[in-house]
Amino acid sequence: MRTYALSLAAPVGAFVLTVIVSTLALLAFGSNPVEAYGDMLSHASKLETQVDILNRATPFYLSAVAAAIGFRMNLFNIGVEGQYLVAFLFAAQIGGLISLPQVLHILVIMLVAMAVGSLYAGLAGILKTARGVNEVISTIMLNSIAVGGLLAWLQQEWQAEQGEAFTSTTLGTNPIDESGLFPTINGLLEIFTRDIGQGKQLTGMLLIAILVGVLYNLLLNRTRFGFDLRASGINPFAARAGGIPPKRMVLAAMMLSGAVAGLIGVVELADRGKFPPDPIQGLGFQGIAVALLGRNNPGGMAFAALLFAFLDVSSGVLDSTGAASREIAVIMQGVVLLTAVVAYGVANRLRERDEASEAAEALLAEREVVPA
Amino acid sequence: MSAAIELTGITKRFPGVVANDDVNLTVEQGEIHAICGENGAGKSTLMKILYGMQGADEGTMKINGEVVDFTSPTDAIDCGIGMVHQHFMLADQLTVLENVILGAEPTLTGGRLDFKKAETHLREVADEYGLTVDVHQMIETLEVGERQRVEIIKVLYRGAEILILDEPTAVLVPQEVEALFENMRELKASGTTILFIDHKLDEVLKISDSITVLRHGKTVASLKNEGVTAHELAELMVGSELPTPATTSSTVTDEVALRLSGVTVLNEANRPVASNINLAIRKGEIVGIAGVEGNGQGDLVDAIIGTTQISSGTIELLGNDITYESVRKRREAGVAYVPEDRQHEGLLLSSPLWENAALGHQTQAPFGSNWWLNRDGARRQTEAIRQQFDVRTPNIDVAAHALSGGNQQKLIIGRELTSNPDVLIAAHPTRGIDVGAQAAVWDDIRAARRNGLATLLISADLDELIGLSDTIVVILRGEFVATLSPDEVTPRDLGAYMTGAALQNGGVA
Repeated sequence: MRTYALSLAAPVGAFVLTVIVSTLALLAFGSNPVEAYGDMLSHASKLETQVDILNRATPFYLSAVAAAIGFRMNLFNIGVEGQYLVAFLFAAQIGGLISLPQVLHILVIMLVAMAVGSLYAGLAGILKTARGVNEVISTIMLNSIAVGGLLAWLQQEWQAEQGEAFTSTTLGTNPIDESGLFPTINGLLEIFTRDIGQGKQLTGMLLIAILVGVLYNLLLNRTRFGFDLRASGINPFAARAGGIPPKRMVLAAMMLSGAVAGLIGVVELADRGKFPPDPIQGLGFQGIAVALLGRNNPGGMAFAALLFAFLDVSSGVLDSTGAASREIAVIMQGVVLLTAVVAYGVANRLRERDEASEAAEALLAEREVVPA
Repeated sequence: MSAAIELTGITKRFPGVVANDDVNLTVEQGEIHAICGENGAGKSTLMKILYGMQGADEGTMKINGEVVDFTSPTDAIDCGIGMVHQHFMLADQLTVLENVILGAEPTLTGGRLDFKKAETHLREVADEYGLTVDVHQMIETLEVGERQRVEIIKVLYRGAEILILDEPTAVLVPQEVEALFENMRELKASGTTILFIDHKLDEVLKISDSITVLRHGKTVASLKNEGVTAHELAELMVGSELPTPATTSSTVTDEVALRLSGVTVLNEANRPVASNINLAIRKGEIVGIAGVEGNGQGDLVDAIIGTTQISSGTIELLGNDITYESVRKRREAGVAYVPEDRQHEGLLLSSPLWENAALGHQTQAPFGSNWWLNRDGARRQTEAIRQQFDVRTPNIDVAAHALSGGNQQKLIIGRELTSNPDVLIAAHPTRGIDVGAQAAVWDDIRAARRNGLATLLISADLDELIGLSDTIVVILRGEFVATLSPDEVTPRDLGAYMTGAALQNGGVA
């Protein structure tokens, strides 16, 4: 009973603290907190905003799962950022060159994205297993190489043929045929709601993200590989003595993480139809925050992704209503992360203490029954 | 004259456990007072309270007749109490002198260290108590016994008149123990009061003037060391008959289960840490390896388990060459492993017991297969291990860190033995667990031996080694230097072989 109370207390405590801190921040900037929160909530209550939130939460969630796969074995893949960007570019270029029936086309694009993300992450894995390079360092550097080197170069190489009219809209890789774009699923949502207006489209990759979450859960808790992965994270020495090959696990976890990161590229590709000159950046880092907040737990990360997406999207309205600066969302994301980490830490310690005393009591009870 | 230490009614509770329950202890001036008891009897807690590391919930402490209330070790040190911990707290890269003055450095004007003054004072202290050390030697070059002496000097340098020694002999070979006792007698002659914790009863009887026995957090006896026997002490500690490790009749067969031929292991610097090891363990046989820690037994274990690659030689399991097999293949083929440090290499402390029971066997039924983890099967098997090996736990879902050391060890032993292995590598299987759990582990190993298990036993507990083994080999600097029969060897002889003394003298009589 107490255990359940404890696991609830942490997120609730973190939430209450976050509201207090951001209220203070809003007051300090001379904004009216009630008005600001009211604007955000009423904006978020609109169906169209909710579609935006789901669209935003989808890459957040994939990014979080990618990071979490590494985290579960104490492997810090900071390189999700570079992995999805490179995967995005390759998937766009290859997807733009071929034309296939829809299902096949999409499948090829997804496989390319996952393979590229996986291989790019694999580089960090190989560096770690072969040369002992810390994956934090190597993935950060691979991020820079991806953005500053690979993308800058390949974007020029793969620039689509310019026609007569050279405008900013023609920049980027060859646009992909309709058949290669992951379909949107407005219809699915509209079963439950009214028609979605403002030309908003709900990304179909949402379903893939949910599937990835389910598979992640299955992999970790039900498969032998998942057990090996978790064991390696908890105690690498015991894992090794238990026959789990450490190097193979590092490489496998890294590549799996990169493959999921690659799917973020597919989300963006479905939205933009090509690799644009201004691809969205920072999703990889947001994913780390979401994974931290969601405690690497599939459900927790879904909640965290939605929360972050809600703050991102609904704060957009503040600029137009003028109730506060939209940057309050960034403050809230930061604060909720910090308070959650602290709150979970405290709850964890309390639970461990409970467990220890429970075990000790069991031992004492036994002693009393059978006096020595 | 009032007693050096007088503790009355000390009680200390932890969540769910009463570590000290109305403990009384009186230590007279200038005596050597031993505190004995099983692991978990509350010795360490009592010492921590006395040294100011923890506060007592109830009770009073008097030092030299004055009531004191320590809130930190600094208070204890100010009262003239010094403690030498079981695990040395020395900086390897500093000299003896630097280590001794660390934290109590005499300074000249401007904050410069006054090494001359420090050295003079250190020599005074060393001479006064008859402790010999080379003050300019680097700690890393010292033997274990010498390091311990440095720890003692460090405490005396700070003006301690009451010395607490926490299991000082645990890390020493018999010859070093003699030297320590000699030092303790000199300290006593100079008026120092010594309180020492030990559970090796022969040592307690040899050196102490008085003895206090703790059991389950209570004082069960306080007596003068006059006419007490080890057997009586043991009964006071355990509260019942003391178990012995002795095996019964031989169950050794002719079939070799594990054979090492010419095995050499190199360290990172390409130096051999185990050279040309030849060893055959037959089914039903326990081969014990005796050796001072760090003489290659650990590397040999790693080589057999497969976590270290050997540079030459072959390892055969039931006639099959497993020299180049992975750890997992070896385990699947029937090699079981009880690691030296269960928390470091044996357990996933934050995971539930059933996952811990699966570790190392997750590829095999009933725990799992190549692809899937069988949660139900694993839980059933864990429940069976819990019952068969008497793992005391509320349920199999608690995390491993919640269990006491003895129960953690029983879980590991159970996990390794229920997989029906052909070979068991047991490194210090009873280290740091209480007498009850120790007896259970011995029984388990003996039962497995009867069923044909070939066991390689590494232990620093020489009684355990002699009691359980069918054959004892001595390892020194990575080489097997002697093969002995446990029927004809005493712990003292073994100690001589382990340090190489017996070899120089041409063997022991």
